[in-house]
Amino acid sequence: MKTYLRQLLVSVCLCATASVVVAAEPTAAEEGLRISTERKVRDTGWGDTEASMTMILRDARGRESRREMRTLTLEVLDDGDKALTIFDEPRDVRGSAFLTHTKALEQDEQWLFLPAVNRVRRIVSRNKSGPFMGSEFAYEDLSSFELEKFSFNYLRDEQFHGEDCYVIEQIPQDEFSGYSRMLVWIDKSHYRVQQIEYYDRRGALLKTLTMHDYQQYKDKFWRPHRMEMLNAQNQKSTSMLLNEILFDRGLTDADFDQNALQRAR
Amino acid sequence: MQQFWLNSALRHPWLTISWALLAILIMSAGMSQLYFRGDYRIFFSPDNPQMLAFEQMQNEFNKSDNILIAIAPREGDVFSPEILELIWRFTDAAWQTPYSSRVDSITNFQHTEAVDDDLLVEDLLLQPAMLDADKIAGMRQVAMSEPALYRSLVSSDGKVAAINVIVQLPEIDQNQEVVDAYEHVLALSAQFATEYPQVDFYHAGILALNYAFASEAEKDASTLVPLMFLVIVLMLLLLLRSFSAAMATVVIILVTIFSTLGIAGWLGIFLSTATVNVPTIVMTLAVADCVHVIASMQFALRQGKSKEEAIHYSMTRNLMPIFITSITTSIGFLTLNFSEVPILRDLGNMTAVGVMLACLFSVTLLPALLRLLPAKVVPVSHTANGIEKLANFVVLQHRKILPIGIILMLGLAAFAATNQVNDVAVKYFDKRTDFRQSLDFIEDNLTGTANLDFAIESQQTSGVNDPAFLTHVARFADWLEQQPEVTHVASITHVFKRLNKNMHGDDPDYYRLPEQQDLAAQYLLMYEMSLPFGLDLNNQLNLDKSATRVTATLQNLGSKELTGFEQRALAWLATEMPDYTSSAASTALMFAHIGERNMASMLKTLPFALVLISALLIISLRSWRLGVFSLIPNIMPALVGFGIWALYSGEINLGLSVVASISLGIIVDDTVHFLSKYQRGLREGQDTEGAVRYAFHSVGRALFVTTVVLMAGFAVLAMSGFRLNSDMGLLTGLIIMLALIIDLLVLPALLLRFDNKGKSNENLSTTTAG
Repeated sequence: MKTYLRQLLVSVCLCATASVVVAAEPTAAEEGLRISTERKVRDTGWGDTEASMTMILRDARGRESRREMRTLTLEVLDDGDKALTIFDEPRDVRGSAFLTHTKALEQDEQWLFLPAVNRVRRIVSRNKSGPFMGSEFAYEDLSSFELEKFSFNYLRDEQFHGEDCYVIEQIPQDEFSGYSRMLVWIDKSHYRVQQIEYYDRRGALLKTLTMHDYQQYKDKFWRPHRMEMLNAQNQKSTSMLLNEILFDRGLTDADFDQNALQRAR
Repeated sequence: MQQFWLNSALRHPWLTISWALLAILIMSAGMSQLYFRGDYRIFFSPDNPQMLAFEQMQNEFNKSDNILIAIAPREGDVFSPEILELIWRFTDAAWQTPYSSRVDSITNFQHTEAVDDDLLVEDLLLQPAMLDADKIAGMRQVAMSEPALYRSLVSSDGKVAAINVIVQLPEIDQNQEVVDAYEHVLALSAQFATEYPQVDFYHAGILALNYAFASEAEKDASTLVPLMFLVIVLMLLLLLRSFSAAMATVVIILVTIFSTLGIAGWLGIFLSTATVNVPTIVMTLAVADCVHVIASMQFALRQGKSKEEAIHYSMTRNLMPIFITSITTSIGFLTLNFSEVPILRDLGNMTAVGVMLACLFSVTLLPALLRLLPAKVVPVSHTANGIEKLANFVVLQHRKILPIGIILMLGLAAFAATNQVNDVAVKYFDKRTDFRQSLDFIEDNLTGTANLDFAIESQQTSGVNDPAFLTHVARFADWLEQQPEVTHVASITHVFKRLNKNMHGDDPDYYRLPEQQDLAAQYLLMYEMSLPFGLDLNNQLNLDKSATRVTATLQNLGSKELTGFEQRALAWLATEMPDYTSSAASTALMFAHIGERNMASMLKTLPFALVLISALLIISLRSWRLGVFSLIPNIMPALVGFGIWALYSGEINLGLSVVASISLGIIVDDTVHFLSKYQRGLREGQDTEGAVRYAFHSVGRALFVTTVVLMAGFAVLAMSGFRLNSDMGLLTGLIIMLALIIDLLVLPALLLRFDNKGKSNENLSTTTAG
């Protein structure tokens, strides 16, 4: 009995020492989570937005094709955000609209409205890594950032775009993600994402996303006005240009249900 | 000049050897620059129109480099829980293939199903745990009716399934990239083969072809070249019967090969399926030079001359013939520069350089070496007696030999024109190679292994959504499917039809094209959204959706049939769809055209080479008359050889298209040697018969020996698993043998019959000259 107590005492002491050491020197996972949490916190509370965007698709030889669209977004505090995208160009898809309810843990919900069919269809698919409108962006690249979707590791500090950045490794928790991991450059000054490298399932670099022309809204929230996605494997690229973004449009859940999808023009 | 050179080689052998070694070292250092290339592009020059068309199409649409793995259970079909699980696991594992961007199989096919207002898009087999009798029946039904799968990723009888791995090679070190990706897949197959011993695995695709090109070349380099070397050493020992002479020859061969490869390296020439056998050919040709030098020396030694005198005797006799024969051989190989195929040009240039180097070394380094090595008198061999008997036979029977010979020659030569050009990359590989066996299996049991891509331009942005355009494309797809050669057609119109059905609650009546442009465009938008990782529309539609690509999979046709099919399809498009522009391209089509193009250019250069070589001969013999006589033994062997080939095979590929040129350069040597000795006989005052006997006596054995060596060399080449090389070796060897027969039977018979009046002139000119 005495020995048992002594052993217990020793192990308790050891544990205590260990935790003290950890507290002094956070692990890479803890540091990664702290930085990513800070990133999320700094971008919380923006409410709703309405944006118009231009997407320029380029093939390996630099030939271009343009897409125009508008996106309404509603922040959902305890889950993924809701987004409604309305396509304006090319003309033959004008009025088509796509509604997403991002979920932190479960499968996202998606609906599509095609004016030529004049019916709303729910699309049930695990594919999040397919191309968004033929671009180099995948759906999962554009959906809202939720901490629950990833595990994090802090890797190092590095200068990028002239900013001191943290480099964080993000590992998707969804087995149907197209990526094995991502490297994210987050600047220390405002916790904005400056660059993301996407690695495919066999661990090879697939795409690199860089953010440009950050502007601040409501004295708090930063939005990049230009995003460049370059596919390292097929040399195709896509520019996503944010033409205009308006905050506080008074959007509610009713603007993001299936009926709203049919009304959207 | 000649005296000075001989004196330095004979009096200061060490100095000669030192200079030669220095030069050899400098040249050979280039070997470090050599590298292997195995991709199919090495067969095409950068301005090849079919390759340009193909690259244009690859730029417009996605690249289609792939590895196809066929999975064939020995019993039953693939629709069993076990095999479906294997396909599922292999599909999953194949994503780890280096440079892969997409893996497709019946298990991860994106099956779309309409349930009320929901559109369900899911892998046809998401988890093997879901497999029960119902699921399997459902999978079979989808696989057998879906155009994207049926006879493409599953055979019509369900006994074979396939996994297609699309790769995007960065093309920095393409050879290594091909090896990395392909060997990864091979390792996966090997691993699954141990786990599933009842299943066979086969491999095909562009990467398999590239890998086979490279691995067969390396196999040739590691087996044929050493084998050739061994054969030559053995033959030299046997024929020269002198260890030191054989060793001297081996040294000359080695330094010639190293210098040749080194120069190729300095020039930036890479090794390929064609050039990897340059050492074998150069070795063969270098031996001929050495044999002439050594045979003459041994002849002089037998006559009681000292070693130094014997070398001197041999050199003065052989300098000119060796030089002339090397020049003619080089010309033969240099005509390959008119070939359409870059690697055949490399083969020609490297061999031409090698032949001239062999000439250089055998008149500098060889005498120096012979001077230092011990020499013994070699007794006369039996062949010499045989040669005398042959000379007697020809002299006595020439009135019979000539007509029989001419009838035989003309009779066989008549067949030469019946050969057909046929270039199919797959058939370049011998039936015993793994690649060929795999391809043949897939061809017999799953689907064709040749593709033909058609790009159809609507001429306007988003034009592919135009119902009129789609209707035409669908009709073209239908037409293709009706062609007997076609095993599978991939067309965007299939996708449109399926989506239309899905959007109408999976009603089979709606399996048809959408009737309005905006509806079609919106279907595409929806389809794009349902696509999985690594798949986009770009493999069927270009960036601004103005053009579509329709891919037909064909039985592996001969090149004539393939170009014929191409013409038929393009003619259909031109008449039925005159408002749109279309083009066709594929690697198979590139090979189908290259054979014809190459043959045409080689046939054009052949007369040029013949005239040049004959002119050289006339100048060196200083006799128009003998020049005219030389035409028959120079031209006939190739004609007769191709005639025999027509009876044996009847198909001519890239490798054979150059045989006439290179064999011409080689066989001329025999004629030069025989006629120059005949001429010397005449000059020494003998009559035609005496001069013929003299020629037999002095050069017959050497001709026999060199022909045996050359035939052995090309016979070794004939053992290659790569038919461009093996066919070239076989036919060249045959032509060289025919050349000897013609030179030793028909040519002397011709001289005996027709060269009576020339004799007196010859004597006169010699008298005046003397």
